[in-house]
Amino acid sequence: MTRTLYDKLVDAHKVCDLPDGDMLIYVDFHIMNEYTSPQAFSGLESKGLNVWRPEAHLSVIDHVNATRSVEAHDAQSKLLIDNLGKNCTTHEIAFYGLGDPRQGIEHIVVPEQGLVVPGMLIACGDSHTTTYGAFGALGFGIGTSEVEHVLATQTLRYKRMKTMRVTINGDTTLGVTAKDIIMKVVQVIGAGGANGFAVEFSGSAIRNLNMAGRMTVCNMAVELGARAALIATDETTEKALKGHPHSGQFEFKGEKWVSDPNAIFDHEVTISGADIEPLITWGTSPDQSISITAHVPSAQDYVSPKAKKALERSLEYMGLDEGQSAQSIVIDTAFIGSCTNSRIEDLREAAKILDGRQVAKGVEAIVVPGSAMTRIKAEAEGLRSIFETSGFEWRPEAGCSMCLAMNDDIAMDGERVASSTNRNFEGRQGRGARTHLMSPAMVAAAAIAGHLVDVRNFK
Amino acid sequence: MKEKHMNTTIKGIAAPLPLANVDTDVIMPKRFLITITREGLADGTFADLRFDNTGQKRPEFILNKAPWKQANILVVGDNFGCGSSREHAVWGMRQLGINACIGTGFAGIFYDNARKNGLALPIVSSESRDTLLEYSKNKSGEEISIDIVSQTIKAGEILIPFEMDTSTQTSLIRGRDDTLDTLEYTNAIHNFETQLDDRMRVNVIK
Repeated sequence: MTRTLYDKLVDAHKVCDLPDGDMLIYVDFHIMNEYTSPQAFSGLESKGLNVWRPEAHLSVIDHVNATRSVEAHDAQSKLLIDNLGKNCTTHEIAFYGLGDPRQGIEHIVVPEQGLVVPGMLIACGDSHTTTYGAFGALGFGIGTSEVEHVLATQTLRYKRMKTMRVTINGDTTLGVTAKDIIMKVVQVIGAGGANGFAVEFSGSAIRNLNMAGRMTVCNMAVELGARAALIATDETTEKALKGHPHSGQFEFKGEKWVSDPNAIFDHEVTISGADIEPLITWGTSPDQSISITAHVPSAQDYVSPKAKKALERSLEYMGLDEGQSAQSIVIDTAFIGSCTNSRIEDLREAAKILDGRQVAKGVEAIVVPGSAMTRIKAEAEGLRSIFETSGFEWRPEAGCSMCLAMNDDIAMDGERVASSTNRNFEGRQGRGARTHLMSPAMVAAAAIAGHLVDVRNFK
Repeated sequence: MKEKHMNTTIKGIAAPLPLANVDTDVIMPKRFLITITREGLADGTFADLRFDNTGQKRPEFILNKAPWKQANILVVGDNFGCGSSREHAVWGMRQLGINACIGTGFAGIFYDNARKNGLALPIVSSESRDTLLEYSKNKSGEEISIDIVSQTIKAGEILIPFEMDTSTQTSLIRGRDDTLDTLEYTNAIHNFETQLDDRMRVNVIK
């Protein structure tokens, strides 16, 4: 019987079947942040329960903290930050808080610490936990009640997903990044198109990506509705496992975490890598994207009245005209950061575009490195000075910042942001804020031009 | 301890909310998330749809209009609950008095969060959903009922079957506490741990 990589990972973690049809699966490693964990800890306390295996958890501060300084920006945020610290002390859980040299965005910190290895099952109260699929590990987001469940039992009640394989065949062209690949996949499959599925990415365009790129792809798979994203292990994965603080704990024996050659998937999608262009979103759902050389859709492009109405609503919120060219969209703000695109590789790509150029007058440009370690590395490589010379503000602290504006980095009503983040939802970056998703290099190019622009024009 | 939260039938007025891809940022905007409790989230639920910038109710929003302001059931667009894992979205909907959401499909984390909090999410075909959207819009004020056991929605003379997996159905009916239930499997978990590959035995450096 052939099995997919996903099925192998589920089978390897199955503790037992449950009478109601679910199964119990074992969680090797669990990550917490300050905003989806407080009620889980209070749940434990009210039920008089202990943490099952404290050493299998890591807590970080990333969502609510300010990135201009090491402080919380207000008393309420400080309450959340202090609360997580206190809970970790009580339950003897590792805590990388503000000021800790290992602090940063959870999905940046974990690989940097060497805490993800192929074959693991990782849960976190954050939807972008799909990121770890880049390592052939099964990572997925959970709600706060499930955070409590993992703390108390080291397991989750689980239903096996259906499987989907997305194959990106052929090489991508110059200027097309991992971000463009996943945005293309979201565009083709749709925002809810993978609800109920675990998605495995394959094909030469995926194989050719470095680990940072693979993480970007798996990270945004949740925007398809995928509850898990996976990429088979290979030499690239193996190389990435060495040299991190936790690497000594996990002796990698070179075993392959891959789907069997004849494994059958419930659904298959194939996309031509050569056809992918740098993309931008024009609407308020991550699947509303177009090539940078294209135009915003018009009502005449749609048949159904429902789709026409949805278009109208998105364009009204975004302040755009039907048929407007992508490159005519003028921006107020450029933001590089988030768990999708704030790794050292992302900063290098953006810096290549910025080197020797100036941010357009009137554009506020901000870069928030994903972790303290990433920032220090970037500074040592001279990236900070490239960003700052070009007119970008280089933030001294790591965090989610303007990706979700749960801190003091909030876009104003009507403010238009070119953003290297993952969600362009209404109100995501602030009430009334208008988000255009794109790759970090495309954000850098937009910052220089003052409007959305084709990064391929920047040599 | 969680309350017992569900009868086998949910009855009430249904409000149509046909927008597709209603995400958890829209259901519970982030400014309401800076909290360490589950309570006090009713006002935050759909806040930017319900209220304008000055905090005044938007008269055109369905849940601000009679009779739908009494609604305890929503009929929703495709892919409701997508985006962030925040369970606050479900807590808020429950605190606002919503007992069920009928749709064609829901984002996975939202679906699991709903089950944990007694929010029923019957899944119906697109045609049935559109029928219910029309019904809830035109037959305003007439109650519909959702029978969790027989998996049927009754709207006037219309009977619509819905999908719900067994464990979710059981969970809704029993209103059980998953954490305490799972602790009955303590031996099985210990046994699994003894066979665990050393490579997976994470010990996070403090």
